[in-house]
Amino acid sequence: MSDVPAPLELAPAEGAGQSLGSIALARLKRNKAAVTSLIILAFVAVVCFAGPWVYPHRYDEIFGSYVGVPPSLTPYPEEETLEEVMTGAVERGRVTLSEFEVTGSSYSAVLTDDEPIDERLTRYLDRPDEFDGATVASTADDGRTMTITGSVNRQYFPMGTDKNGRDLFARIMIGGQISLVVGLLATFVALVIGVVYGAASGYIGGKVDNVMMRLVEILYSLPFMFFVIMLVVFFGRHFALIFAAIGAIQWLEMARIVRGQTLSLKRREFVEAANAMGLSTWAIIRRHVIPNTIGPVVVFVTVLVPQVILLESFLSFLGLGVQEPLTSWGTLIAEGSANMQASPWLLIFPSVFFVVTLFALNFVGDGLRDALDPKDR
Amino acid sequence: MTDTVLDIRGLHVRFQTPSGDVHAVKGVDIAVGRGETVAIVGESGSGKSQTMMAVMGLLAANGRATGSARYGDRELIGLPLREINRVRGSELTMIFQEPMTSLDPLYTVGRQIAEPLMHHAGLSARQARERAVELLRLVQIPEPERRVDSYPYELSGGQRQRVMIAMALSCNPKLLIADEPTTALDVTIQAQILELLADLKARTGLSIAFITHDLGIVRRFADRVYVMRTGEVVEEGRVAEIFATPKHPYTRMLLEAEPTGRKEPPPIDAPVLLEGRDVNVTFKLGGGFLAGAPIEIKAVNGVSLALHAGQTIGIVGESGSGKSTLGRALLRLNHGVGQIRFENHDISTADRAGMRKHRRQLQLVFQDPFGSLSPRMTAGQIVTEGLLVHEPQLSAADRDRRAVEALREVGLDPASRNRYPHEFSGGQRQRIAIARAMILKPKVVVLDEPTSALDRSVQKQIVDLLRHLQEKHGLAYLFISHDLAVVRALSDHIMVMKNGKVVEEGPTDAIFDAPREAYTRQLMAAALGGKVAA
Repeated sequence: MSDVPAPLELAPAEGAGQSLGSIALARLKRNKAAVTSLIILAFVAVVCFAGPWVYPHRYDEIFGSYVGVPPSLTPYPEEETLEEVMTGAVERGRVTLSEFEVTGSSYSAVLTDDEPIDERLTRYLDRPDEFDGATVASTADDGRTMTITGSVNRQYFPMGTDKNGRDLFARIMIGGQISLVVGLLATFVALVIGVVYGAASGYIGGKVDNVMMRLVEILYSLPFMFFVIMLVVFFGRHFALIFAAIGAIQWLEMARIVRGQTLSLKRREFVEAANAMGLSTWAIIRRHVIPNTIGPVVVFVTVLVPQVILLESFLSFLGLGVQEPLTSWGTLIAEGSANMQASPWLLIFPSVFFVVTLFALNFVGDGLRDALDPKDR
Repeated sequence: MTDTVLDIRGLHVRFQTPSGDVHAVKGVDIAVGRGETVAIVGESGSGKSQTMMAVMGLLAANGRATGSARYGDRELIGLPLREINRVRGSELTMIFQEPMTSLDPLYTVGRQIAEPLMHHAGLSARQARERAVELLRLVQIPEPERRVDSYPYELSGGQRQRVMIAMALSCNPKLLIADEPTTALDVTIQAQILELLADLKARTGLSIAFITHDLGIVRRFADRVYVMRTGEVVEEGRVAEIFATPKHPYTRMLLEAEPTGRKEPPPIDAPVLLEGRDVNVTFKLGGGFLAGAPIEIKAVNGVSLALHAGQTIGIVGESGSGKSTLGRALLRLNHGVGQIRFENHDISTADRAGMRKHRRQLQLVFQDPFGSLSPRMTAGQIVTEGLLVHEPQLSAADRDRRAVEALREVGLDPASRNRYPHEFSGGQRQRIAIARAMILKPKVVVLDEPTSALDRSVQKQIVDLLRHLQEKHGLAYLFISHDLAVVRALSDHIMVMKNGKVVEEGPTDAIFDAPREAYTRQLMAAALGGKVAA
């Protein structure tokens, strides 16, 4: 075209242009706290989800011999306790332990009795968690003396065990799975419902808004516990119920926040411009309203995740959430706090995981909010 | 000039940002004499406000000022906060652009004026109140004894700016720094405020440093002028000299940036495109269940107009006169009542779906190029959005091609279509907004103050662009503005609105040369008074 007025103002340099997303990413990368937190979150997630595959103890495995043992980096059983345990095991078989010796990870024991000893006695020796693979090495005195060899079963409990003798670390990992999944999934449910509902209510406005918001208020005024108990009564106790119950409550607040944002957004001129262009209501909500609510929504999400994790633990504590032997961080912390004085590690380790995760989530949320603000350059 | 009140020498202001230092003010020398009015003129981003902010010690946290600014025999740059507080607010005072937000809504006007008095002059509460009443009288607020107890929301914009001036004057300052004090006000109010400042200057021997982008104000009001561009003073001198013989090309450009030229009238037999008959728009305030009947405000009251193909109707009026509301009512974007016809269709009762097929012919360009573009979409997406609705059969490649065409037509580099609005300047954004309307090949475009948020030189470019597009496509414009110079350059026909009613209408020249109504004359005098006086 020849009759074009010359572009007097210099256009920005050519090229693909920096999308807000790429700028946000670059800005997020500059935020050291957020990056560190992301790494920590990834680490916690890997530990919780991949850990159980490589860790030798299952979360519901009970070690009767190690009930409530404190955390230790050296293996159980401790050498000096072995003889006592062996004596106890042998006495249960009504024989006498005359000699007991541990060399490395194997032991040999010499048993004596007035009558010949039944070989099935080895079964008694394998019963404690400390010993394994008892075999009769030799017999003497017509079977009245028996030498038994076997291996000492060494177990590591880096975070100790609980009151039922279950490995705390294995339980923390499985609890982390539950807590993270519940936290993220329930938040996601709340996010989707809340954003769509809030944006629609705020944008359409008028009577529709009135009805939609009154509904939110009615649900809000319903006592949460009553609601959960109702759900349990009707649908029975199920894991998915936790998502449903928490998601159904948490979206209310999200909807309110998004509605507030939408009310101010809908007076912005670009929304009016879209209207003048003839876009349908749903297209305006989808293309112009929802993307611009992202800042506050992201921040709210990072607050919501820990809130949901706490709610889940509350439900589990009341017996409405996850059931033993399954567990979650909230449940573990509740148990730990009950045994705080006798075995403080039961409280400390789950709390450390929980707190670190929450801190990291908050830092990531802060970082995301700053990074996603299009005005802040 | 006798002695100097404020002497700025070699002032630099730098801002530390994550992407490196921004050198906003680069070695500026400005002197303000006793009893003198000095105007600092420049476009947005020229560093004129930051210079004065640095003097007042009001720079943002990441700003750093070096150089010298002497007030009397005191060096202001680098003064500790406690020291600078002794000077600012009492001897050096400042008023800002936005009178709506610079008063604290929680306190009465009287208390806000009294505060610096009690702090700096050590007056008792009662003395301060008396002085506040006196000051309100000085700035010509009616019934000062009653007004002293009112809250900011009870005052109009002009009155609030008067209160701000009263606050600034409370401690008998030697220098008043006024940062665009009239930009947010209507022209008639603007004229009153300027008159007040001139009067106060004459009475109290005040010096005024006046920051503005409006050369009309400078000519009418200032003794000397500094022209700033990109952080440097490019020219200074007495107002008469600068206006008569500008030396620097930038100054000349600024002076010539006043929109000029007239529009060729459309052919007489041009068909009527858009017609509104007895259009009313009523807003309901309050009311509802239990709250009683709502208060009704008639924003547009029985307005009729007929827009012909190729014609431009200018609608002028102060804020609140209903001109924007009328524009939207004609496009059926609000709840207007009255008969509206587009071509041969009666669209006064068409619903959302019914309007959709006409929407592409009826486009709208907004005042604020920062608010009218969605910050999360690229320029290309913004421009082609209308095509998604009106030509859904187009492929992505076709749309991209149309975007390139449209951007080129409005004088933007099409290579920048993948960029986001925040990467463009105000003028470029307005071009994007125009491209968004033009890509649909409309017949009628409502331009709602499309140039008011832009610098003068950019305004001129946009006016040229709009005129060019109109000639090329035979568009009909409904041009809404309070800026009479721009309206004059673009319109065939002018409607003057006040309180929702048309007080006067007629051909552009007739209105400008021989306005009949007092209100129109008042508007003209306020807006173009400078030129008449010069």
